[in-house]
Amino acid sequence: MSGILQDPGTIILLTMILPTIGAVLIGLTGKWPNLREAVSLLTGVVLIGLVLTLLQHVLNGGEASIELLDVMPGIPLAFEIERLGMMFAVVASVLWTVNTVYGIGYMRGNNEDNHTRFFACFAVAIGSTMGIAFAGNVFTLFVFYEILTLSTYPLVTHKGTPEAQAGGRRYLGLLMGTSIGFFLVAIIWTWAIAGTLDFELGGILAGSVDEGIVPILLALYMFGIGKAALMPFHFWLPAAMVAPTPVSAFLHAVAVVKAGVFSVLKVVVYVFGVDFLAGTGANIWLIWVASATILLASIVAMTKDNLKARLAYSTVGQLAYVVLGAAMATSLGIVGGAMQIAMHAMGKITLFMCAGAIYVAAHKTLVSELDGLGRKMPFTFAAFFIGSLSIIGLPPTGGAWSKWFLMQGSVEAGDIILIFVLMLSSVLNVAYLIPIAIRGFFAGTEFAGAQPAPVGAAVSPDAKTGGWWQNIEEAPILCVIPLCLTALGCIVLFFFVDPIAAYLNEMLVPVEAPVLPDPTPTTE
Amino acid sequence: MPLAAAPLCLFLGRGLLPWIFATGVCWVAFVIAIALALDLSGGSVITYQMGGWAPPLGIEYRLDALSAVALLIVTGAAAAVSLYSRPSVLREIEPANHGLFYTLFLLCVTGLAGVVATGDAFNVFVFLEVASLSTYCLVALGGRKDRRALSAAYTYLVMGTIGATFFVIGVGLAYMVTGTLNMVDLAQRLPPIGDNRTVAAAFTFIAVGMGMKLAMFPLHLWLPNAYTFAPSAVSAFLAGTSTKVAVYVLIRFLFTVFGLEFDFEQFALIAVFLPLGIAAMFVASIVAIFQVDAKRMLAYSSVAQIGYMILGISLATKTGLTGAILHMGNHAIMKVALFMTMGAIMYRLGTTSIPHMAGLGRDMPWTMAAFVIGGLSLIGVPLTVGFISKWYLIQAALELGWWPIAMLIVMSSLLAVIYVWRIVEMAYLQPSPPNRQISRAPTIMLLPMWVLVLANIYFGIDASFPTTLANQAALLLLGGQP
Repeated sequence: MSGILQDPGTIILLTMILPTIGAVLIGLTGKWPNLREAVSLLTGVVLIGLVLTLLQHVLNGGEASIELLDVMPGIPLAFEIERLGMMFAVVASVLWTVNTVYGIGYMRGNNEDNHTRFFACFAVAIGSTMGIAFAGNVFTLFVFYEILTLSTYPLVTHKGTPEAQAGGRRYLGLLMGTSIGFFLVAIIWTWAIAGTLDFELGGILAGSVDEGIVPILLALYMFGIGKAALMPFHFWLPAAMVAPTPVSAFLHAVAVVKAGVFSVLKVVVYVFGVDFLAGTGANIWLIWVASATILLASIVAMTKDNLKARLAYSTVGQLAYVVLGAAMATSLGIVGGAMQIAMHAMGKITLFMCAGAIYVAAHKTLVSELDGLGRKMPFTFAAFFIGSLSIIGLPPTGGAWSKWFLMQGSVEAGDIILIFVLMLSSVLNVAYLIPIAIRGFFAGTEFAGAQPAPVGAAVSPDAKTGGWWQNIEEAPILCVIPLCLTALGCIVLFFFVDPIAAYLNEMLVPVEAPVLPDPTPTTE
Repeated sequence: MPLAAAPLCLFLGRGLLPWIFATGVCWVAFVIAIALALDLSGGSVITYQMGGWAPPLGIEYRLDALSAVALLIVTGAAAAVSLYSRPSVLREIEPANHGLFYTLFLLCVTGLAGVVATGDAFNVFVFLEVASLSTYCLVALGGRKDRRALSAAYTYLVMGTIGATFFVIGVGLAYMVTGTLNMVDLAQRLPPIGDNRTVAAAFTFIAVGMGMKLAMFPLHLWLPNAYTFAPSAVSAFLAGTSTKVAVYVLIRFLFTVFGLEFDFEQFALIAVFLPLGIAAMFVASIVAIFQVDAKRMLAYSSVAQIGYMILGISLATKTGLTGAILHMGNHAIMKVALFMTMGAIMYRLGTTSIPHMAGLGRDMPWTMAAFVIGGLSLIGVPLTVGFISKWYLIQAALELGWWPIAMLIVMSSLLAVIYVWRIVEMAYLQPSPPNRQISRAPTIMLLPMWVLVLANIYFGIDASFPTTLANQAALLLLGGQP
């Protein structure tokens, strides 16, 4: 056993096989809910173990790659670990497990149907996320990207209502449309130009491509990776809000959108190459599109009363931060972007789990209905507050650091305007997130005398009886614990940012060292 | 050439016997075809002289990598369908005709295999007619459950015969100028004659005739009806083979016989085939979206997929041809599987109209899962065969720098998402009607269906065997002489 587990290549494969086996077992144990959930959790824990083993390996300076078979001559299904993917895998596997715990609580608390299908698809989705994280070439990345889309489709349409169907249709249509319509074309084009699809530091395009094509190719990639939700291809995200909340959390924090921005970073760093991209100036338009997305999405978020819709638009905006980091094409920008993946994951999953908990406990979905609810659900709302801080980028939460690096990146790129974009966006974030927590804690009953709001009055009968702890009507414990954990995580990340920054920095070191990696070795 | 042999002695009554015999023959043929393909993927050529006469005089059989692909398709589809056909034939065809059905089926297989194997232009016509005539009858056998099958067969008969006539006129013209019917000889003698009217006319007649047979876009009218009303097993077999064989003949004549030396041929490829291929991709896909009957929808989708092949052919580059040949095989695998699911649904549900499929995902889980995978392949999702061939087609377009065409290819794949997903949503997201009692499809239907579905995935992941074969075929075709 230990003999097998010492080979990192095998472990990489295991990270994908394990969830698949998990999914099958979940399907088989569908009749015994407790056993089935145990399988889910066990899968999660073992997965984290595997990923951490790999992390250890990477931290020791190890490398690993494994090549399965040639799908087409010269295009293998290959996996390798590098630092960015490693980080993504850690974030995804940890949050997936947390989210599964939460999902169990939510699904039971809410009496949803089809648990077995739900958890089986959930397991397949994390398996394909691992595939994305460890993909060794663009082709492999694309393959798992599509599997992820398909495996999350049943999750999005889980409720089976006409709205769920419409949302699912939009979800699938947009993601498939962009990925096949643009991403695939970009990949094949790259293959035709460079003769290889492997991820290499410094990119594979430099030197073999006409500069006029670069912006077009970049556009195909950036809009093709629809999961990154760059405007105008962001509509699937709000549409996917029909899904049960654990799915939303999964989409927004753990896997799907993160897979999108992760792919963006991967493509920029390993296909185009940071220096090459900055050199051609092809990234300029992307900077503006990303900036526009950040601001517009935040503004739209302010107009949304539905809590999940508001969070969805917030995600659109926050994802554009990562794209912006990539678009800056400076090392600090990339580090900031990569860090944003982790920080935003932590913050957004907290917010979504809070939204879900509120729905389970109080069946409220609108921001305007939340008045005073914070006093009944103090843990949830405290967590929400912390999560908000992290999204905004205020200390003492992890989100502060990613913004910090992004701002430094914009200085490095020489775009001072970007700093203003980032600051303005933070202000907007304050405007749409903080009022939610404030409403929860301060609006409503106690101030009801001054406030004729009927919404507050509805809550008042419960609020007047006894001490504050008696008023607590939290969501099921399985829902509350995970969200408290991730909220704590946001704070912890603030204090332990150094290792992460150092870790990510190292990822880019070799970019500057060898000037020319070696001009495209493979020609057919 | 063991394929041309035997299987006529099939008036074995109406029991199990014809089925067992036919299935056995098909499997033997398939195994032989695999062995041949393995041999031929190296690029060699096998020839056999009928009756021992030397090639220019006698009829020669000749196999290269391209024929190997086509032969694999024909025999593979025949093997799978023959196994599958039993329950569906029992249900859909009058008992008295069972012996007849299998006889015709084998005849059809023989004809198609013969077309592929022969090296003689006129012999192509003969075998084509053998195959076609038996096909008309097979389609007409669907008349038990729906009389419209008869008119569909009749239309098919008329269109098919016109096509065949055109083809034979073309061959006749070529014979007139060259004095030979052997393809290799034709290929040597045609170019020196140069650009003369007779050659151009021969080319046009052959191209139009084959266009008719392979349901190239404006000439496709016979296909939807024939596929829709034929017995399920027949639709499955036809979808996989008959049009593919016609595509094979077209490729054979375009590249081997005529070669690329002629101006008018270049012109025809770029100005006629290319736009028609693209038009097929779009028009047929859009029509497919609005179909109520799933079989009909798949039939239109076939027309669209043929458009891809025509497109690949018209690019006339190595990658383009590889893509077209790959798509020929891949489309056969997925379409046969898809039509098999339709057959199973027909068997249990008695209809293939899409609104009736509500909730079928729960009642017939294996069949619908097969449909989903086949559908994904049709769309061209990675890890399925459909992806591989689209990859090559797009790459071919990009290599020529025709990126608008690449965009058109992907856009039309997205149309496939729409029509496939209509059924998926219906089957999985709609509640089934309350009083429907449906069990899953019989195992003997599921088995070949899933073998094909798994082949879909397997060759989508490990595509090296088909791609080498197709690549080899493309090389031979463009190298002039095989």
